[in-house]
Amino acid sequence: MTAVRCIDLCKTYRQGDQDIKALDHVNLDIESGGFVCLSAPSGGGKTTLLNAIGGLDSPDSGEVWIAGRRIDNLSKGELAQLRLTQIGFVFQAYNLIPVLSARENVEFVMQVQGVPAAERQDKSRAILKEVGLQGLEDRRPADMSGGQQQRVAVARAIVSRPELVLADEPTANLDSKTSDELMALFVELNEHHNTTFVIATHDQRVMSYARRLIRMLDGRIIDDIDQQAA
Amino acid sequence: MRFFAIISMLAWRNLWRNHRRTIVMLSAITIGVWAMIFMTALMRGMVNDMVRDGIRALPGHVQVHHPQYRDDPSVLNLIPTADSELTKVFSQAGLDGWASRVKVPGIISSERESRGVTLIGVDPALEKSLDALGSNIAAGRNLEGVDDGGVVIGRRLADKLDTELGKRIVLMSQDPDNEIADRGYRIVGLYEANLERYEESFVFAGKSTLQKMLGIEDQVSEVAVMAGDYRDLEGLTERVALLAGGDVEVLPWQQLNRYLGSMLKVMDGFVLVWMIVIFLALSFGLVNTLVMAVFERVREIGLMLALGMRPASILGQILVESSLLLIIGLVLGNALAWASVVPLQDGIDISAVAKGMEMFGASSILYPELELKDIVTANIVVLVLGFLASLSPAWRASRYEPIEAITKV
Repeated sequence: MTAVRCIDLCKTYRQGDQDIKALDHVNLDIESGGFVCLSAPSGGGKTTLLNAIGGLDSPDSGEVWIAGRRIDNLSKGELAQLRLTQIGFVFQAYNLIPVLSARENVEFVMQVQGVPAAERQDKSRAILKEVGLQGLEDRRPADMSGGQQQRVAVARAIVSRPELVLADEPTANLDSKTSDELMALFVELNEHHNTTFVIATHDQRVMSYARRLIRMLDGRIIDDIDQQAA
Repeated sequence: MRFFAIISMLAWRNLWRNHRRTIVMLSAITIGVWAMIFMTALMRGMVNDMVRDGIRALPGHVQVHHPQYRDDPSVLNLIPTADSELTKVFSQAGLDGWASRVKVPGIISSERESRGVTLIGVDPALEKSLDALGSNIAAGRNLEGVDDGGVVIGRRLADKLDTELGKRIVLMSQDPDNEIADRGYRIVGLYEANLERYEESFVFAGKSTLQKMLGIEDQVSEVAVMAGDYRDLEGLTERVALLAGGDVEVLPWQQLNRYLGSMLKVMDGFVLVWMIVIFLALSFGLVNTLVMAVFERVREIGLMLALGMRPASILGQILVESSLLLIIGLVLGNALAWASVVPLQDGIDISAVAKGMEMFGASSILYPELELKDIVTANIVVLVLGFLASLSPAWRASRYEPIEAITKV
């Protein structure tokens, strides 16, 4: 089954007097359970593509389909509902709400979804244990390291078992050891829960974990490598 | 409901995220609310005092007169019904208090000075129920009956006449035949009033004594009736009109003293304007606080929107945050106002400016009065206008595009 389908996506930004093609006729299919890295130099279009797939940014033309449903023509409210129920996000920074504890951050999405309190608590404790943060449930983000914060963000992204997790430079602010631990966690979650991961990065170490590597340049896909086969 | 729980929690925690700013804003709201309520209590106390003094000087909440009495308050315009008949009707009506009086213009003369005054013939027993002017005896005694042969004058009038307790004076007025009616009386009492001009204006004698001097037998100039609340007199006025019968004019005090009557209405308007002016000063701080709070949290707001929170929930969160700030400020402001007014129930001595105060009818002791409607108005003004002032920053926060907000530097 196809988890993500992009058909002829185009997106142009205006920067000063120049038009920047962030997406230039991008076509892409990602199968369910895939573990894909989008790689590009800065300004190559990987974040724009990730945002378009996540319903955070609308393309100028083309179509985006998630789990068989076209999303580029949905309203803001419908997109919010889609993000809430079907997609988990891990951003590069500012991933957590500072006034909430680790557990409350993990529960946030479930709370908005309307999951009962007891179920939320059970799930959040279990997922925090799974990402190695047992005992840190009541800490606020300011009292946690960058790696721990990213783990909380990952826990929040996957706690309600979304079909798709989109991560934008998730290791950009982490040291190599913490980056490896985080990627190992992604791989484990991908394998155990069959969650589709799409990770935008320009970190070679992160790319090495992906089964499929898509290289982009100037808004176009220039390479699509099956790293398992390779 | 599930959104309310989470936005309330976020609003509460965000409120205390910047303690100093929140405490400064809370202090501003508290002092603003205190100023609204406390200053209104002072003004309300002053106006109510003026009204009560005015009613005591008239006195009566509702009065019955001959239709021409207000144009010419002489013996020619007395109530047609006999006083004995009026007494029979009004004493059986179950009123809080009432009294019939002779009230005519006259002249009082001592051996040295003469002054124009209002002569009031009273029944001291009936006047007690009205707490009327003249009952606060500073020296000597009060009148003891309708046939009492003495007079009670204001202490200030005694000074002006250069006379004193126990001395004789002459009262002079006009009888129904337009002849001079005069007689000598002894001063048996000196009374005190809040306002000096009242002490100088009114001279009290027994009702029968004055009737005899004027040759008007069993007739009176007015019937005064008191009720519980001096603001709501519509029912009482109609009832007194029925009791008094035809060919009389029955008017509430607001129409008898239009200055005082309009004072209450002006006061209500002034209180509202005063509260809104204070709030406008407050609102700049409130809006600034919320704008700053939103500006500092742009990326967080973007994150919440990206995770699937609806814009309406962001709007709600900022409004709840503002409402919490307002409610805490209101509770503290109300408590502070109450704590300020209660110890001042014995009055504030403003005798240093008594002359100026008396010019517009206020006494030299100010009694702050907390009225429920003023407290409710202050709270509603702050809540409603505060809520409206918060709408703009809250609306802006809810309109952010998630990805632009997250990447905002």
